[in-house]
Amino acid sequence: MSANKFFGYKRENGRVGIRNHVVILPLDDISNACCEAVGNNIKGTLAIPHAYGRLQFGEDLELTFRTLIGTGCNPNVAAVVVIGIEPEWTQRVVDGIAKTGKPVAGFSIEQNGDINTTAMASRKAKEYVQWATELQREECDLSELWVSVKCGESDTTSGLASNPTVGNVIDKLTALGCHTCFGETSEITGAEEHCAKRGATPEASAKFMKTWESYNQFILDNKTDDLSDSQPTKGNIEGGLTTIEEKAFGNIAKIGKTAMYVDVLEPAEAPTKGPGLYFMDSSSAAGECVTLQAAAGFVVHLFPTGQGNIIGNPIEPVIKLSANPRTVRTMEEHVDVDVSGILRREMNIEAAGEKLLKETIRVCNGRNTAAETLGHREYIITKLYRSA
Amino acid sequence: MGETHFLVHDNADSVGVVVVENAKAGMELTGWIMDTDETITIKANHDIPLGHKIACGDITTGGTILKYGCDIGKVVADITKGDHVHVHNVKTKRW
Repeated sequence: MSANKFFGYKRENGRVGIRNHVVILPLDDISNACCEAVGNNIKGTLAIPHAYGRLQFGEDLELTFRTLIGTGCNPNVAAVVVIGIEPEWTQRVVDGIAKTGKPVAGFSIEQNGDINTTAMASRKAKEYVQWATELQREECDLSELWVSVKCGESDTTSGLASNPTVGNVIDKLTALGCHTCFGETSEITGAEEHCAKRGATPEASAKFMKTWESYNQFILDNKTDDLSDSQPTKGNIEGGLTTIEEKAFGNIAKIGKTAMYVDVLEPAEAPTKGPGLYFMDSSSAAGECVTLQAAAGFVVHLFPTGQGNIIGNPIEPVIKLSANPRTVRTMEEHVDVDVSGILRREMNIEAAGEKLLKETIRVCNGRNTAAETLGHREYIITKLYRSA
Repeated sequence: MGETHFLVHDNADSVGVVVVENAKAGMELTGWIMDTDETITIKANHDIPLGHKIACGDITTGGTILKYGCDIGKVVADITKGDHVHVHNVKTKRW
């Protein structure tokens, strides 16, 4: 295999995946049990339980649909069985996923009950697994990768070393023609003017500032204190981060030095302006942010951590790196790439970026990440407001 | 090259980040300014945990802390060179 190549799954719509999941996707919270029963019956499937899907409305409902449909559409997913309490919204999710051309079928529980629905859905899931397991990886160009980034339980070592390491890789991959994505709107606070300057066009910069101002106003409207118990988190503070501004300047090191974002995405919105870096409006909570990025179609995630965030995602492998020598010692099983040598001046950012890129290609070829191996499957739908 | 105890992002910064687990009060700490590739030494006035900040100079209440060459918050209790700088003497200017 030559450099800048990897072996992935070419999907019906031309996108490339690095995993080959048959997903059992609940429309709503009360369909979780049935999905998990199918997941237990049929080996090689992946049930993705979640907390919502009932009585939502307006923009919040649209975001849930976009998240569920986007999850099914992700090229790391070979086929999908959707189970909902009733047929209409179930069919809406099925129809959304079917546009990719991948196999998808829906089942609803009303007038069938969990047991009959489980039986019917299990037969379909068995068919999908046997079909999917015959699919072969093919050689793909690195430019076909869609790569997302987000940091978590950051500390000062994140800004010094692990975030700039991710930035080095994002610069390289964006230049190669990959789709790349960062987010965490509230966590840019303090560095928002620096971030605005990274827009590829005045329109992209203006859209970013409008998005940031809206999120910041939401925080100002709802805060009961200076957020020093929430943002930075207790873990951030333990790790030496003092203010949101300090955290923000470390955070934006993840987009490197040269990449410019071409557009600003709504949560879970798939990019449409071709290759390049995208900013996605999102929460800074890891589970929420990575779930949104996976739903937008990103297939591999780079996650720098300081104090040791352990998050994974059911469909998008999360590669963990840390520069904190205590974290890589005490939480070794969670860390895919150790870049603590940067702090000892044994390794520079360029060498660390090469190390991370090499590990990323291994993961794309099939090597399971630490989070996948440890069973981290955090799937968190972003809820915008109360249900009706 | 001897052990580097703390790193400073930018020459203009008011603080450095301790990158070792044994920085104790009274120790002469060696720092590396990454921006200019200079080495400096500062005597620590407190035990400073891994990842926490040390003051590179004196800053009085109401002053601004610079890191990455940028404003990261306001000083709420007087700081002396070598002090531990954290939530007890620095707060956000935002929320």
